[in-house]
Order: sequence, then C-alpha cells, then structure tokens
Amino acid sequence: MKLATVLAVLTLTLAAPAFSQSSLTKIDVKYTQFTLPNGLTVILHEDHSVPLVTTNMWYHVGSAREKPGRTGFAHLFEHLMFMGSQHVKPGEFDDLLENAGGTNNGSTENDRTNYWINVPSNAIQLALFLESDRMGFLLESMTPKTVDAQREVVKNERRQSFENRPYGQAELLLSELLYPPDHPYHWPVIGFMSDLTAASYEDVVEFFKKYYAPSNASFVVAGDIDPVATRKLVEKWFSDVKPGEPVAKLTAPPVALTGVTKRTITDKVQLPRIYVAWLTPPHFAPGDAALDMVADALAGSKNSRLYKRLVYDMQIAQDVVAYQNSQQLSSYFLIQATARPGHTADELLKVIDEEVAKLQRETPPARETQRSINSIEASFLRRLERVGGFGGTADQLNAYFTYTGNAGYFNQDLQRYRSTTSADVRGAAAQYLPKDHRVELTVVPEGAK
Amino acid sequence: MRNVRALLALLLVVTFAPVAVRTQAPDRSQPPQPGPPPALKLPAIQKRTLTNGIPVWIVEHHQVPIVQVNLVVLSGTGDDPPGKFGIASLTASMLTEGAGTRSALQIADAIDFLGADLSTSSTSDASTVRLNVPVVRISEALPLMADVVQRPTFPESELARQKVQRLTNILQARDDPASISQLAFARVVYGDTHRYGTALAGSAQTIEGFTVADVRAFYETAYQPGNAAIIVVGDITAARALPLLETRFGKWAGQGRPAPHNRSLTEPARQPRQIYIVDKPGAPQSQVRMGWVGVARSTPDYFPITVMNTVLGGSFSSRLNLNLREKHGYTYGANSQFDMRLGAGPFLAAAGIQTDKTADALKEFFAELEGIKQTVPADELTRAKHYISLRYPLGFETTGDIAARLEQALVYRLPDEFFATYIQRIESVTAADVQRVAQKYIDPEHFAVVIAGDRAAIEPGIRALNAGPIKILTVDDVFGPAPNLSK
Repeated sequence: MKLATVLAVLTLTLAAPAFSQSSLTKIDVKYTQFTLPNGLTVILHEDHSVPLVTTNMWYHVGSAREKPGRTGFAHLFEHLMFMGSQHVKPGEFDDLLENAGGTNNGSTENDRTNYWINVPSNAIQLALFLESDRMGFLLESMTPKTVDAQREVVKNERRQSFENRPYGQAELLLSELLYPPDHPYHWPVIGFMSDLTAASYEDVVEFFKKYYAPSNASFVVAGDIDPVATRKLVEKWFSDVKPGEPVAKLTAPPVALTGVTKRTITDKVQLPRIYVAWLTPPHFAPGDAALDMVADALAGSKNSRLYKRLVYDMQIAQDVVAYQNSQQLSSYFLIQATARPGHTADELLKVIDEEVAKLQRETPPARETQRSINSIEASFLRRLERVGGFGGTADQLNAYFTYTGNAGYFNQDLQRYRSTTSADVRGAAAQYLPKDHRVELTVVPEGAK
Repeated sequence: MRNVRALLALLLVVTFAPVAVRTQAPDRSQPPQPGPPPALKLPAIQKRTLTNGIPVWIVEHHQVPIVQVNLVVLSGTGDDPPGKFGIASLTASMLTEGAGTRSALQIADAIDFLGADLSTSSTSDASTVRLNVPVVRISEALPLMADVVQRPTFPESELARQKVQRLTNILQARDDPASISQLAFARVVYGDTHRYGTALAGSAQTIEGFTVADVRAFYETAYQPGNAAIIVVGDITAARALPLLETRFGKWAGQGRPAPHNRSLTEPARQPRQIYIVDKPGAPQSQVRMGWVGVARSTPDYFPITVMNTVLGGSFSSRLNLNLREKHGYTYGANSQFDMRLGAGPFLAAAGIQTDKTADALKEFFAELEGIKQTVPADELTRAKHYISLRYPLGFETTGDIAARLEQALVYRLPDEFFATYIQRIESVTAADVQRVAQKYIDPEHFAVVIAGDRAAIEPGIRALNAGPIKILTVDDVFGPAPNLSK
C-alpha cells in the first residue's frame, strides 16, 4: 500500500469526535502522527493504565506479494526478523527483552506483516533499538544457515497447525478454490511445503530490500509514554534507517466466481464438514460491514438463524460458523458447519441454503439487527482495554491507518455498523451470497463415502 | 544488571535524554540499558460483604466503560463424586440453559441485546459465572446473571442437548493428536479413578449416564451463598455496585450446606520411566507429553518452581524451546509447565515433533530435563527472574486480567500481601533454590512419556533409545469406548 501521501513532518493531534447518539459508546482514542524523513509513518498514543509501552510495526507486505514458487515466504521472512540484526546477536532479541520483562510476537496475513513488543515503560529505548535495528540492519547478520533453521521451524508450524490438525487441509484449500492461480490470494499464507524448501538466502535479500523499507511501514508506540519525549526517541532510533524505494501499489485482476465450484476431500476425521464460500467486497468497501452483520444473523449467537436451526432445533450439526473475512483486494464470506454423527454435509447445506434464501427474501426484524449492533458496539469497547499485543489499541491504530489511511477511524468504523439497517442486511445477503456463484468444499471421513 | 529489588522502592521516574534540537544518530554499539523499573501500582481491592455473608471484592478500573462481574463458587471438577466425573462442568453449562422464567434462547437473546457476555465454566477447583457488560447496562444484566446463579431450571431437553454436544466433542477429540496426547498423559499418570486422570468434562460413560437429578444434586452442594464470592472489576464505584449486588444476590439463601471439599489427594506412586505410544498412522508430527505428578498450588516451593520452570520451558528463551525449536528445528515450539491445583497437578513438558525426528527429540528432552538439575548459570537465572518480575506490573491491565488474579487469590486463599510481595519473592529465588526444586520435582527417569504419532515410523527409533519399556495404547484406552451417537 502506498503511503507517500501522508503529511511530511506535520504532527496532527486528532481527537476522534465522541458519539452523541448513544451514551453507551464514546470512543476517544487520541494520538499524534508524523512522518520521519526516511518515510516511516509514526503514530503515538498515550495510555497510562499500567506502566507498559508497546511498539507495533506494520509492514505493508504479506503473502499476496509472493512470487510463484515461493509461497509462504512472507511468513518465513517474519520468522527471520527475530533472529538478530547487525547490532543484535543471534538469540539476543529475545534474551534482551526477557531480561527487561518484555514479550514480543509477529504475524503474517495476505496483506500485511506485523510485529509488536511489550515492555515495562523503563525499557522503551530497548524496544526502539531492537525494532529499528531489524528495520535498518537485518541483512548485515543474515546467513543461509539462519534461513535454514527457521525453514524447519516454519515447516513444523505448517505440520502442527494444518497437516496434523483435523480439517487443517480444508483450511489450506479454501483460498485456492476461491481465487484463480494468477490472483495473489490463491495460495495459503503458510505456503506449500516445496516452496518453503525452495526459499533461499537470495530471496531473503531481495524481499527485504523491496518491501521492508520505512516508507512501506507504519509504526505505533503506545502506552505509558510522554508523546513529546517519545517522538524524540523514535526520531533518534530510526534516524539511521535508510529510506528505500517506493513500493508499487498491489493490484490484482478483478475476481468473480463464474459458477459453483464443488470439491470433496477426505481427512482423518469422524464427522463431515461443509464449507460454503463467496467472494465479497474488500475491507471497508460498501457491503463489508453489512456482511459482518449477515454473519452475525446467521451464526453469531445462540438465536442466530443457522445455529438455532442446525444445532439447537434439528441437532444435525455440532457447530456452525459464519464470517466475512475482510481483506484488502477482495474478501470472502464463509459458512462452515460440522455434521453430527449420522448426518451428512448435504443435509447441512440444504438448511444453509434455506436460511440464506430466507434472509435474502425477508427483511430481518428490527430487534435482531439492533441486537447485532449492540453486540458490535460492546466489542468496540472491549477492544480498547488492552493497548499492546495482537488486537490491542496500538494494533488497531495501525490497522486503521494501513487500510483506511486514518489511524483514528474507530468511530467511522463503528458508524458503518450503526447505520446498517435490516434492509441493508437483507440486501447484502441477496447481493453477495448468490447460490449459483460460490465454492462448496466438503470434508468427508476417510474410508466413508 | 542492577539489582531489581533495590530499585523497586523507587518511584516511577522515566528520564529521557535532554531535549535535543537536532536528532543525533543512535549509539548501537551496546543495547540501551533500561532505567529504573516502574513501581508496582496495585489496584485497591475494596472488600465488602452482602447481608447474607457473600464476600464481594471490588476493584474500580475506569479505563473503559465496561464492568466485569464474576461469581465464583469454590467447587470445581475436583469435587466431582466418584462415578460422576464431569458433573461440575456439565452443571456450569446448564446454568444458562434456562433460569427464572426464561428459556435458554431467551437468556441468550436478552444478554446479546445488552451487548453483554455471560459465560460459565469450571476448573479443577472452582466454578465461575462471568458477566461482562457495558456499564450503562449493568442494572439490566445483573438480574439475568442472578437468575442463572440462583434460579436455574435445568430443563430435561437442554440436558439432552448438552449431553450430545459433549459426547460429540469427545468423538472429535479422538481425531486430534494434541488432544489425544494430552488426555493420555493425564490418564497414564493419574489412572482412571483419580479425578485428574479424566478430562474435565468427564468420559463418554459418565456423560451418557447424567440425569437432571445429578445436575441438581451438584448444584445444591456447590452453588450456595456460603460457598460463593463475587468479584467486580470495572468502571463502577463500590458505592454504586454494592446496592445492585445486595438487591440481586443479598437475599440468596442456600438450601443446603456446601459439601466438604473431597479431593482425592493420594498421589500415584512413582514408577520407572515408561513410554506410551498412541498410534496415529500417517501423522506428520508426534505429539509428545512427558512428566509426572507435580505440586499443589499451596506448595511452599511456588516461587522457586516458577523460576525453575521459566528456565526450563516457560519462556521463548527457555532451554527446551531453544534446543528443540531454535537449535534443531524439530518443532514449532516446546514448553513445560506445572499445572498447580488444590491437589498436586501434573508437571509436563510438551511439543509437536516432526515424525522423523521423534527419537532425536526425545533424547534432547531427556538431556534438558536432566540438565536443569545442575546449577543454573547466573545470567540465565537473572533473565528468568526478570522476565517474570519486571512484567508483573503490566499484568493488571484489563478488567479480565484483574478479575482473573482476584479469582486466583480467592480460590487458592492467597495471603493479602501476595500481589505486593510477588516481585520481591521472585527476585529472592537463588540458584540453590532452583537446583533444589529441579532435583526434587524433575525426575525424567521416572516420567511417563506419551507420544501420539505414527507408530510404524517412530517406534524403531524410540526403541533404539532404550529409554524405557514401550506400551502401545489405543484411542479407546485413552478415552474409553467411543460414544454411540448414531441413532
């Protein structure tokens, strides 16, 4: 994603307006934002509830940038970011942080890779040192041996999280069925085993130079900080990080399913499972929020339509899940249900079709939509309780900045849901979940028919 | 590294470099040394009592306009009577399946409409009903919670649903190598009569037999005001919370008396190391669990054990993880833990190991478990202690964090000064303490080693290790006969 349009050195103090329509929710996340000469966007947010400082770096690159034959590389690269850099010896990254009472992690998705460090506030400079060193000087200490070591770890992550887990194979297959081979979402983030084997040291060098420049990242420092002093510290620690080349905006051919793609696979499981998936509008595009509410209406609670029918009334399913998987280029909407013993995926699909059709046909009662909105409002509050880590306030600021260009998008985001009507929910179901354009993936127990 | 204990007395003073007009290049020759650690600022716990004697602990936490209300009863799965393993867990689930005048669906609808979460759960030592709600909805949500706690109706039809749900969970767990390995470990260490040898939810046999009378019987011994306490954390004052709680819970009069805690505290006798394989043909990884009976939460060795386990397998830079993951690449991660309960829960070390490295990995596990009995070098000990103690003040951030800590204090009767002295007690642990507890509790020569994996691929290598007799277990040995659910 291109971020060059962000203001050069101006510091904005943005207090998001408090909501007047409901006393329930007043989201007021104050922050300051500025851009360093090397192009790094920095966002600072104060929260003194505990003496914790979190740093949160988003690189605007994910598996969607991978080249053919190197699937899984963005995630393998993420692992390498913890292996030391020019001024941080191998093993020292965690060693130093643990010695300071710090914790850290990172994650990779299609569109981005993020890294966070939580430290007691006295260790803020340590976190800035580590984060800036691996942005500025990673390759100086990278060796083919480092790549080999983490390659084995990542292969074991794939085995543990997918290959050796019930239904893991289906999760890997879904994106391949939804997106054509030339689309950057075609392959799974974890990648294919043979591509992980093929990844080389040279690939690491190329990927780092291309995508890990400060202008392709955004950085949040939040928690128990003084924004004025922290700004100086960030300026200091990132001042010797060289700018890189601008990254061209990621584009992809428009995608659409042309019909129904059916696939059946076997797994070492006892119970059949059905996955039904549709291609849907990107994150924050019109329809995206309404589809979150479609998901809630279908399977978000005990009274949701599919849960109530499949699990509660008919008792032919053990579980049912629905969600809009919002992504930058194209999203997908998924319904997944596991059959009870003695029942089949087809039985579940029949009921899924009936309930989706009903939602497409009949505007849901106002109370049902309001219940959804109330739950979503409360979840916006709960999300503000933790400043660091995955999903904390710092991570949210960075996500909003990355996907909307506005780190303080909290209230606009919430307003997307508040302004969604029952008619919108029906309309989104009708428009985006056509029965004749979708993926139907069935998992059947090995040895069964 | 400076002495943390001496610094803790200091106030939080974060000194920044003098304001510079120009940005200067950083000195990267040395990692920046952290300044004095921030002081531990503990939330004040306001301890009150309702007129019927229920203790109420309130922590005001005004960060976000939500409130967490937890009602804890001091009875958990550890109190399941013989033959009724799983009844505590089932009873907790049944609380929200009908209460007062509302059905299961009506309760869920009302709670969801308020934007609230209402959940129930059981651990070995307690059962808890938890409400999380935007503070402006507290007075509407509390009556629902009060019904669930005091007036559950336990409908027959909901019990039938719950039973099938749970039996199907067991059926699914039988597919999952990690679940198989975890339960097999508990089973071989504690056996099938000790409560800790069976899953919290029970076995297919016990679940199939449960009746409404069983649920009601457990409810009446466990869910009594004399066995309960309430924790409130969030954007509310004690002055506001207390009358609300008094109205909803202050008139709760129990019908019975809580049963005395009936933990089976007999520890299984130590045995020479035995290796158990549960065959999962074609599995790409072996799910490994090894260990033995550990300690109860009341152990006087709590702090040395916490430090020792951090060195061994309780952090990213722990020995097990650095060896098995970072050095050898056999796994995505290896760890160890002491699961401390009212009775002596297990110590176990765990990892998912790629199939062709299973025997090699076992060798490394054994080496680390032996190695921890040697004196831990000073820098490694310091790192482990700092990792625990320096981030301790950060662990009181959310209403959920704080409520969870208060629950621990309640359930395990921790002394009042527990939180305030925690850092000091961690920092006081010496290398000799660590060595002593390692030698006392880590005894790999007498561990049970459980591996759920591809027997044909791994057994020859394991046999060649000569690490102990090998016993083959079936999934039925672990879970009991599969539930019969196809009707």
